[in-house]
Amino acid sequence: MKGQGDAMRDTAPEEGYVTADGRKIGGVAMEMRNITLRFGGVVAIKDISFDIRWGEIRAIIGPNGAGKSSMLNVISGFYHPQEGDVIFKGYKRPKMRPYQVARMGIARTFQNIALFEGMSVLDNIMTGRLHHMKANLFQQALWWGRAQREEDENREQVEKIIDFLEIQHIRKTPVARLPYGLKKRVELARALAAEPSILLLDEPMAGMNVEEKEDMSRFILDVNDEFGTTTVLIEHDMGVVMDLSDRVVVMDYGKKIGDGTPDEVRTNEEVIKAYLGVAHE
Amino acid sequence: MLYREAGDFKTSYVADNQTFPIKFDRYGYYFLLGFAFLVMPLIINDYWANSIVVPFLIYTIAALGLNILIGYCGQLSLGTGAFMAVGAYGSYKLMTAFPELNIIFVIIIAGFITAGVGVLFGLPSLRIKGFYLAVATLAAQFFLIWLFTRTAWFYNYSPTGMISAPTREVFGVPVTGPRASAVSMYMICLCFLVVTAWLARNLTRGSLGRQWMAIRDMDIAAEIIGVNPLMAKLTAFAVSSFFVGISGALLFTVYLGAAEAGEAFGIDKSFLVLFMVIIGGLGSIFGAFAGAFFLIVGPVLLKLLLVNGLGWPTDLAAHLEIMIIGALILVFLIAEPHGIAALWRTIKEKLRLWPFPY
Repeated sequence: MKGQGDAMRDTAPEEGYVTADGRKIGGVAMEMRNITLRFGGVVAIKDISFDIRWGEIRAIIGPNGAGKSSMLNVISGFYHPQEGDVIFKGYKRPKMRPYQVARMGIARTFQNIALFEGMSVLDNIMTGRLHHMKANLFQQALWWGRAQREEDENREQVEKIIDFLEIQHIRKTPVARLPYGLKKRVELARALAAEPSILLLDEPMAGMNVEEKEDMSRFILDVNDEFGTTTVLIEHDMGVVMDLSDRVVVMDYGKKIGDGTPDEVRTNEEVIKAYLGVAHE
Repeated sequence: MLYREAGDFKTSYVADNQTFPIKFDRYGYYFLLGFAFLVMPLIINDYWANSIVVPFLIYTIAALGLNILIGYCGQLSLGTGAFMAVGAYGSYKLMTAFPELNIIFVIIIAGFITAGVGVLFGLPSLRIKGFYLAVATLAAQFFLIWLFTRTAWFYNYSPTGMISAPTREVFGVPVTGPRASAVSMYMICLCFLVVTAWLARNLTRGSLGRQWMAIRDMDIAAEIIGVNPLMAKLTAFAVSSFFVGISGALLFTVYLGAAEAGEAFGIDKSFLVLFMVIIGGLGSIFGAFAGAFFLIVGPVLLKLLLVNGLGWPTDLAAHLEIMIIGALILVFLIAEPHGIAALWRTIKEKLRLWPFPY
């Protein structure tokens, strides 16, 4: 892999700060630099740059078709931008397959639930801990030594997450039988099981009722608070976004039209225009 | 009242992860194992061994293998017959080239050879899926059979084009060739089946099995979670082909004794094993046993019932037998599309609550 030497270091880690509610925000974890993504003639993302700091909750918002999900797919390595770089932990990230990105500690959930329907909740979450399990084919075939030990050690970690998200009662239920809200929670559990350094949430509250939204908001804040997980979040519910996030990126038609704290974004002319339209003179 | 989890508390994750969490199941399993190893050898005779028990054991191994590929990893394959042929011809070449080598190692090495061939023909799965992959594996079926019938080296230039298994012994008892007794044939197949079933269970409950199932259920999400699709698919092909190869080697060396690739390992074998997997239940170890039982033992039992029980003429019974089995397959698939294993699961769930379903 190129760009691993210190001489290639792209950004100097910046000083962090402390938020009003006492959480520590660190230096830059990931920086998107002049990202442009095209599908044939369609430009999905046009020259966008922003950064994500350690420990913060960073929201990406924008009207439908603004390119938010595409942006998340660029971060998780599913799309490769034609121009621009992703700088992670100070190094330029080479072109990678999604599973390699996952192994670097980036986990995500999906807009349309992407759980493994044929498996139980427990197996789904255990799948999230894949790269914490190193036993080879023969050890697993014989269920000997490392294979069994790893299974139990990782089960213990998974049980902590199950406790944390309060899904003990459905541990062994096949995922296909669960209602929507619980599926979303299991998906969050699977992403958390990987112990990610950056957690990407694509519309975690889509289609939920108020109570489920409150639960989910609480979990997102708790995760951030307890594990210090850096969270990038796409969400349409403005109330949720403004309450949860530390900083917000606003996109429209593939361009960045705003970036800053919720209060700054709320008063931004461009943002108001994109969301409410422009008054005719 | 017997069939309960209640009162059977699990205090460790090891206990919670065991194969048979319910006591009743566990004792049933021990009982079956004891019966198969201790009682069956005493009562088995040539007729039962040749027409029912040995083919059932051998095809169950093949069904286990194919179930890993289709049921657990979701990769459709129609090349099972050819992979069984690889196991058979591999064991034949090994037996004739190294007469001193113990037959058990011959069969295991034949399995590994088949695993290698399986990986080779599994490579297209990285680009294509579903029915298109099935067609690609169909190419393996036709190509390999063609290779084995046209290349004289594989059948040691024998004028008939057949391969025949010489006599080989385990602990001084012949298990292959004309002198092998029903008991020794039964015992070697049973040992291989128990070991392969245990390996299959271990592989499917651990991290590798979860990777396979993740690829099966949603391959794109699996890759974003961190499953390497290349590794997952190719290991599934390797493990599956290993089992199928062992089954082919046993079929040739122990059961048939002599074989010709096109006849013994044609496309009908691929379909037979595929139907076992589908009828038994995709993604279930028990399903492999149930499917093989249904398609191997079913016709024989039906024949016994019609000919010996009702005294019908043999030719009429033979035709009726095919029709009845066909109809039963349809009934089963309509009643329970997920196979006998799913039916079994439902019965167990009901049994767990019986007699107080609320």
